[in-house]
Amino acid sequence: MLRFLGLRLARALLTLVLVVSFAFVVLRMSGDPALLIMSADAPPEAVAAFRRAWGLDDPLWVQYFRYFTAIFQGDLGNSMRDGRSAISLVAERIPATLALTLPALAIKLGVGIPAGIYAALHRNSFADRAVMLLAVAGFTVPSFVLGLLLVLLFAVQLGWLPSGGQDSWRHAILPVITMGLGGAAVLARFTRSAMLEVLGQPYMRTALAKGVPWQMAVRRHALPNAAIPTVTIIGFMIGSLLAGAVVVESVFSWPGVGRLLVVAVANRDLAVVQCILLLVAATMITANLVVDLLYGALDPRLRVTARGEA
Amino acid sequence: MSATTPQLVPAVVAPPKQRTKIPPMVAIALFWIVAILAIAFLAEVIRPYSITALDLRARLSPPVFMGGTWAHPLGTDELGRDVLSRLIVSIRMSLLIAFGAAIIAATLGVLLGFLAAHFRGWVEQAVMALVDFQAAMPFMILALSVLAFFGNSLPLFIGLLGLHGWERYARIARGLAISAGAQGYAAAVRQLGATPWRVYARHVLPNIAATLIVSMTLAFPEIILLESGLSFLGLGVQPPMTSLGNMVGYGREYLTRAPWILLSPSAVIVLTTLSVSLVGDWLRDRLDPTLR
Repeated sequence: MLRFLGLRLARALLTLVLVVSFAFVVLRMSGDPALLIMSADAPPEAVAAFRRAWGLDDPLWVQYFRYFTAIFQGDLGNSMRDGRSAISLVAERIPATLALTLPALAIKLGVGIPAGIYAALHRNSFADRAVMLLAVAGFTVPSFVLGLLLVLLFAVQLGWLPSGGQDSWRHAILPVITMGLGGAAVLARFTRSAMLEVLGQPYMRTALAKGVPWQMAVRRHALPNAAIPTVTIIGFMIGSLLAGAVVVESVFSWPGVGRLLVVAVANRDLAVVQCILLLVAATMITANLVVDLLYGALDPRLRVTARGEA
Repeated sequence: MSATTPQLVPAVVAPPKQRTKIPPMVAIALFWIVAILAIAFLAEVIRPYSITALDLRARLSPPVFMGGTWAHPLGTDELGRDVLSRLIVSIRMSLLIAFGAAIIAATLGVLLGFLAAHFRGWVEQAVMALVDFQAAMPFMILALSVLAFFGNSLPLFIGLLGLHGWERYARIARGLAISAGAQGYAAAVRQLGATPWRVYARHVLPNIAATLIVSMTLAFPEIILLESGLSFLGLGVQPPMTSLGNMVGYGREYLTRAPWILLSPSAVIVLTTLSVSLVGDWLRDRLDPTLR
């Protein structure tokens, strides 16, 4: 088990290094940031000074090496726009994003999973059809369309809620609903198919044949087994808590990490973009690691094969 | 897959010939898809105006059903450009991007999947590590960072979206190719002296095509949503070109005064993704129940 853990951890770190390198290569090779930050008619001496100040004159591998060592020292560089450290710029946006994504996650889990289970247990009933129709609709309506429609209805027509900004908790209602509904639809669809798959398994027939009551069989045999694939997608949702709100934050002018990313990308603010990329990768990788560990807890079969592997 | 073990499941498989009736929802969805494709193909012929033609005397004129005139059936925008014409051209652009990206993703994924299945060993490990990496990162974040830095040319944008979802095809192609390799027909052709290239392209590929087409249909709506999302953020298709997401992003500025600018492209996005999803689900149930 320890060996298995160690392998997982090594793989997670490798992925992180891949992401850092990807970010570095893509962002540095794609053009000259100095010319984009300074205006095109800036005097050549100013551009040269700028390049010297940010180390853009050095060979790429030197910049890469310096970047890597700096990361290990917890220094992700400074924003090229206002010179503040990228980490603190990003960190001060995190609470705003979590204020949206955490309640949205609660809606996803609280609505999506029960709806999916109910639909699977009442397969082909009216409720099942309704849930599936809503789930498909929730998947096919893009979040910016749903968000704008909600704004049109509740902010413009009815005037009940504000359309954007971050002044009070009322400003969070529409973005949270926008994100929650879409995610709940995805989760409901996924849970339903996982449940249906499990309900068709021979062990369910065996349990029922030996006289286990239906409810008991569902609770003891179906739900735990259906939880295994569902955990994967929940892990993905938890992993994207920090940056899963890029579009919704833009729709509602919510000053979170996603909004910062869009602005930083548009401004070619390399340090900030890299910092967010790294942050997303780290949360994603951590979430995946936790999911792997949960698999071991949920599914004894995996524990055995893991030991066999190691 | 189902063809491999027909002798094991004869009682479960219903005679397929009897279920040729198309459900009404799917029929409507198919009709919508055909209509959208026709519009995309005929865009240059049927659009009433040029998408950049200004009608300054009819700026922000509402659509017919909101009290406008037939001169601009779906209204006009802030510059007096005809919304219907822009919508028609946008449909073509969005479909072009989605088709291009879907084909790139499928080709790339199948190729890598076959490579992994053929060589096994470290090639397979490398491909699967890439698959894991791609599956673990939210594609939106990757796309955002690549896009704004590589500029906004259309071929690059299509290529970038073509990186979306390749890992799913790779997984499927690898799995199916490995199981096909264990079967008689692939071994037989190989014994006859066929090159690996020929075995995969002429014998394995046709046998797994149904599964691949179904997964392409299921991935297609995601690409449309991704394209429109990025264009909505102003980082996808750039003016003067226009796409559905672009129109919604532009219309957002006029949400209170002229909601029709964003309502018609929004409706087209939703109806199209919904239709393709419905047809994809139906195809999957008909052709390939193994795909969950």
